[in-house]
Amino acid sequence: MTLTMRNARILRHTGFYIAAFLTTAFVATPILFALLGGFKDNQQLRENALGLPAPWNTANYTDVLASGTFWQQLFSSVFIALVTTFIVVICSAMIAFAFARFAFRGREGLFTLFAAGMMFPFAVAVLPLFIILRTFELLNSPFGVILPQAAFGLPLTIIILRTFFRQIPAEVEEAATIDGAGPWLFFTRILLPMSRPVLATVSVLALVGSWNSFLLPLVVLQKSTWWTLPLGVTQFSGQFASDTAKVLAFVMLAMLPALVFYAFAERHLISGLTAGGTKG
Amino acid sequence: MTLKEPLRDSPVAGTLSTFIVPGLMLFLLFVILPVLFAAYVSFFRWNGLGGVPTEFVGLENFQALLKDEVFLGDLWRLGLIVVLSLLVQLPLSFGLAMLLHQRFPGRTAFRLLFFVPYVLTEAVTAVLFRLVFSPRRGFADSLLGSLGIDAQIGWLSDRNIIMFVVFGILTWKFFGFHMILFLAGRQNIPDELYEAAAIDGATRGQAFRNITLPLMGPTARMIVFLSVIGAVQLFDLVYVLTGGGPFHASETLAITMYEQGFQRNQIGYASALSIAMFLISLVFALLYQRYVLNRDLQGSITASGGTRS
Repeated sequence: MTLTMRNARILRHTGFYIAAFLTTAFVATPILFALLGGFKDNQQLRENALGLPAPWNTANYTDVLASGTFWQQLFSSVFIALVTTFIVVICSAMIAFAFARFAFRGREGLFTLFAAGMMFPFAVAVLPLFIILRTFELLNSPFGVILPQAAFGLPLTIIILRTFFRQIPAEVEEAATIDGAGPWLFFTRILLPMSRPVLATVSVLALVGSWNSFLLPLVVLQKSTWWTLPLGVTQFSGQFASDTAKVLAFVMLAMLPALVFYAFAERHLISGLTAGGTKG
Repeated sequence: MTLKEPLRDSPVAGTLSTFIVPGLMLFLLFVILPVLFAAYVSFFRWNGLGGVPTEFVGLENFQALLKDEVFLGDLWRLGLIVVLSLLVQLPLSFGLAMLLHQRFPGRTAFRLLFFVPYVLTEAVTAVLFRLVFSPRRGFADSLLGSLGIDAQIGWLSDRNIIMFVVFGILTWKFFGFHMILFLAGRQNIPDELYEAAAIDGATRGQAFRNITLPLMGPTARMIVFLSVIGAVQLFDLVYVLTGGGPFHASETLAITMYEQGFQRNQIGYASALSIAMFLISLVFALLYQRYVLNRDLQGSITASGGTRS
């Protein structure tokens, strides 16, 4: 009896591992192709597509890393993502605070307006945005990307933050008021520090959204000065279409920051992204 | 006017507006204004240059859309992607979630790994897959070659298979996300239910059919919702992978809008298309909320506590 149960368990586990390893191969193959392909030269890619690089050829990676374009695009991506995140989190936190803790005329209507913003696909707005940004002379400026991105990030961030702020007991605010703190002091000194976990969640959402954004930078950043990595990679792959190995190295290096971020902030990233998914 | 809280919560108007105005300005200027502008321009023929649109054409842009084979093709391909997602991607991610819910050594590592594609940028992923399926030195061809199959498959140039290639890549990119959502949904089902079922003599299969499946319903319905809304807006991955080609065979609504608006300067027509996109999402969302999600929001055991208020 126990023996057959053990056998059944072993059989079941074998099934698990077969399925899991098949999926692993499915997931990992393209990434390994980029990683290893970057260490090959184009002749190896043609003749030894499946094997390990022989010899290992680091020129593709070092060329990309020494080129300046990569670093410049990395800087643009990071700058735009950080400023977007900063703006969207600050603005949303202030609005969510007002929605959660104040009673005022038109509050529900205003909240509905923001919530309705979730219904607008970004692509709907991109043409008029282009015209508006052109009028403000924000084309080719990082702020032409930052401001619309931050604006489109507001609804979800406000909804998540409002839910959290509402859960903080009124006694906390009363105690602060008795101690003489006004709304600003309460907001900056007490509420924001208390909300660190949820702020981390919404920051991750904004950061990832900006990091991955493509259509808006494509439309706004026509000159290469402020190109972000997604734009840079697509342009690079067009420009060096005949040099597959170098493009693979560039692709791998462009994926690396996200992979490193994932490795270190895996818990925040998953909870943030799934929160964004389920609250949408 | 709804004042549930006592008035002492009411601050002076000045304080209140400092909290609200910055974000509200941003929102009105970069979300509401563009959307209204798109709605307005969709009734004009306009090339986007030289001041405001003047050539009012009524519903002509929308009528033209309904005769536009590319637009109708976009809708057909949208339907195809949605159906394939429901038939292939959803069961796949559900199955893997059930698998990774079991206790066996290494499952955390697998869970982390399966989520990796979702973390990568769509545009970068598309460049990677363009090389995987490249006709020159492409990895897919080499792989088949090593198996002795020397077929000249035009992965990205054969209009009969391009949508399946696109769908395969979409599956690669998104199954991990759906799997994580399913996994969270599964972990929210209390163990007591299974213990009670076991005491009543239910087999594992019966417990799965009568506890797991119904209680995973809310999660599944949420994932379907996200998949459809995502499919309507699909742009980055396909645009970088194929540009919508060959001959519009993989084009999406957003790509058609982009081409018409930014490459042919048909701003009025492209705006009508973007409004159509908006209406498709809106109608779907309203119907779905009304007829499908409705009961979840009233139910006692919901997906992840995200249904407050």
